[in-house]
Amino acid sequence: MSTPRPRLAVWKFSSCDGCQLTLLDCEEDLLPLADRVDVAYFLEASRAAGPGPYDLSLVEGSIAAQADVERIHEIRAQSRALVTIGACATAGGIQALRNGRDLDELLSTVYADPAYIDTLATSTPIAAHVPVDFELRGCPIDKRQLLEVVSAFLAGRKPDIPDHSVCFECKRRGVTCVTVAHGTPCLGPVTQAGCGALCPAFARGCFGCFGPSASPNTRALLPLLHADGLPEHDVVRLYRTFNAEAPAFRDAAGDALSPDEEDRR
Amino acid sequence: MTHRSHRLLSVRSLARVEGEGAMHIRVRDGEVESVKLSIYEPPRFFEALLRGRRYDEPVDITARICGICPVAYQMTACQAVEDACGVTVDGQLAALRRLLYCGEWIESHTLHIYLLHAPDFLGLPDALSLARTDRALVERGLRLKQAGNQIMEVLGGRAVHPVNVRLGGFHRLPEAAELDRLARLLRTARRDAEETVAWTATLDFPDLHVRHALLALRAADSYPLDGGVPTLHGALPDAPALTSFPVGEFERHVVEAQVPHSTALQASADGLRHLTGPLARWRTAADRLPVELRDLGAAAGLGEVCDNPFRSIVIRAIEVLWAVREAQRLLEAYEPPPRPAVPVPPRAGVGHAATEAPRGLLYHRYELAADGTVVTADIVPPTAQNQAAIEADLREFVQQRLHLDDAELTRQCEQAIRNYDPCISCATHFLDLTVERG
Repeated sequence: MSTPRPRLAVWKFSSCDGCQLTLLDCEEDLLPLADRVDVAYFLEASRAAGPGPYDLSLVEGSIAAQADVERIHEIRAQSRALVTIGACATAGGIQALRNGRDLDELLSTVYADPAYIDTLATSTPIAAHVPVDFELRGCPIDKRQLLEVVSAFLAGRKPDIPDHSVCFECKRRGVTCVTVAHGTPCLGPVTQAGCGALCPAFARGCFGCFGPSASPNTRALLPLLHADGLPEHDVVRLYRTFNAEAPAFRDAAGDALSPDEEDRR
Repeated sequence: MTHRSHRLLSVRSLARVEGEGAMHIRVRDGEVESVKLSIYEPPRFFEALLRGRRYDEPVDITARICGICPVAYQMTACQAVEDACGVTVDGQLAALRRLLYCGEWIESHTLHIYLLHAPDFLGLPDALSLARTDRALVERGLRLKQAGNQIMEVLGGRAVHPVNVRLGGFHRLPEAAELDRLARLLRTARRDAEETVAWTATLDFPDLHVRHALLALRAADSYPLDGGVPTLHGALPDAPALTSFPVGEFERHVVEAQVPHSTALQASADGLRHLTGPLARWRTAADRLPVELRDLGAAAGLGEVCDNPFRSIVIRAIEVLWAVREAQRLLEAYEPPPRPAVPVPPRAGVGHAATEAPRGLLYHRYELAADGTVVTADIVPPTAQNQAAIEADLREFVQQRLHLDDAELTRQCEQAIRNYDPCISCATHFLDLTVERG
């Protein structure tokens, strides 16, 4: 007698769809994966939307409207394990740059009549609303890491996802340090590995799209970023991009501001 | 079924599209009263958030508008900012950019053809079900899509949100061995793309003829991809182009307006309901395709003008084959340029650019301060332009199919919407179906 296949659901909140697309981009692994699981709910890929409960829910995107808040609670209640995928779901994403800004001003920049628009003043990570079993980083996520996380949850084990910095990956890959060799500002020392040291391998500095590594010393990196020619406001900009609301990056952006610049904010 | 005087159909969450939206159709006494395509995805405020950023950042930031067509955003952002700075990127650097964009056309169109759109024609919920009946077919699609992704990975570092694009060109030039590998992959991809064209031609196309103005770029010596002159055709099949205008005058012709039922803005061109994308490109530039590809189109039932949006899947397949051949041509003609990028010094000014994203014409405008700070940004994505045309199609489509029950009507409406490969995150915002039979 065959046991039922684990039921997988994929959910979207405020996002670009890139992390869900990463699942469809697992070309040669996609059909074998689909043989192992029952894809019960995945609107980007299927109009068959099966009811819960689900064994594993993958959640993309941030909470950016009131209806999202209710929906994520329902999803949590229907999911045995809930894993967030990508910078939006784990740190609010690029749209979190609205946080702390005047919502009316933002709305009036984009819309002639903002009154119709349903949105929250903030974009927040999923974990700010419901318990999350695992957070997979990246803007976008890395497909090898995604397959590892899905395999691990199906096997009932902990995913083997490193939380060390991009610098480790650079060394392992034999990529010349762009900071040491060329004075290129790089967030690699404080950014979590997972991309395979992609930017340094392409001769540019890391811009932190995987968010902060475990206990990053952002303050120690500050003089180095300045020495590499970044003025304060550019350091702030660098931290305030795709993972602006990740606490370590948010604090680092605050540290980078001189006191009078802080006052002006 | 049809005996009720009132009927309300509702798709509350549209599947196999990118982003989130809904459709509400109200029918009263056998007449379609209203059709509303509602994009409820919360706004993401890109245009506002770009203000105050440095001029080299829109290339990475606007990629995040859309995970399916990040390169379209990157290419358009680069060209618009470079335009503001008075720099034109040409020669082999422009060729490499074009190669990267070909990769995205192959990947995005193939994803849409095989994984999102084809299941509709076959009455299946998804490509995974299709794989259970014809695994080789789906494997061909995935292999072709992968070829596009490989181009994006070699040129851009990764397929979603490439990291290697910068103002003036690239951070790093590709290595000869990497390009050789792409050339080998493209030989298989060409065969797969040819078979895809032949297969899409055999699908069963519902009857629907639409009348929209059509807007696409027209390039001097090529099918439109990374540039050209915006050219607007009227709705009549044999009419000459109504107008063409420089990209810098785009906003004088294409005007966005807000509608109460959607977070995405809707646009019109010279006051006309217009459509961008495959039907528009075919109308505007099929004569720029190699004759063999035009012939393939004719054999598949495409005239000089195609007014059946269901046949856009055939045009997409031909465009994939064109992109594969174009990528092969670019690779054969490639000689490494002296440096990966040309300098783009900042200056105060306004820059404009338009390119052909797989789902239609995409426009960016940036106003820069002298130090390169972005003062204002304006982005007009294809789905925002297509939204009014999609609503108009549905009105006619539903009117002809009121005899169907709600479930079947809903399914067919979803297919009709998917003809346009709507990208709701792009519309900076997509879709849920309500048909109200009242």
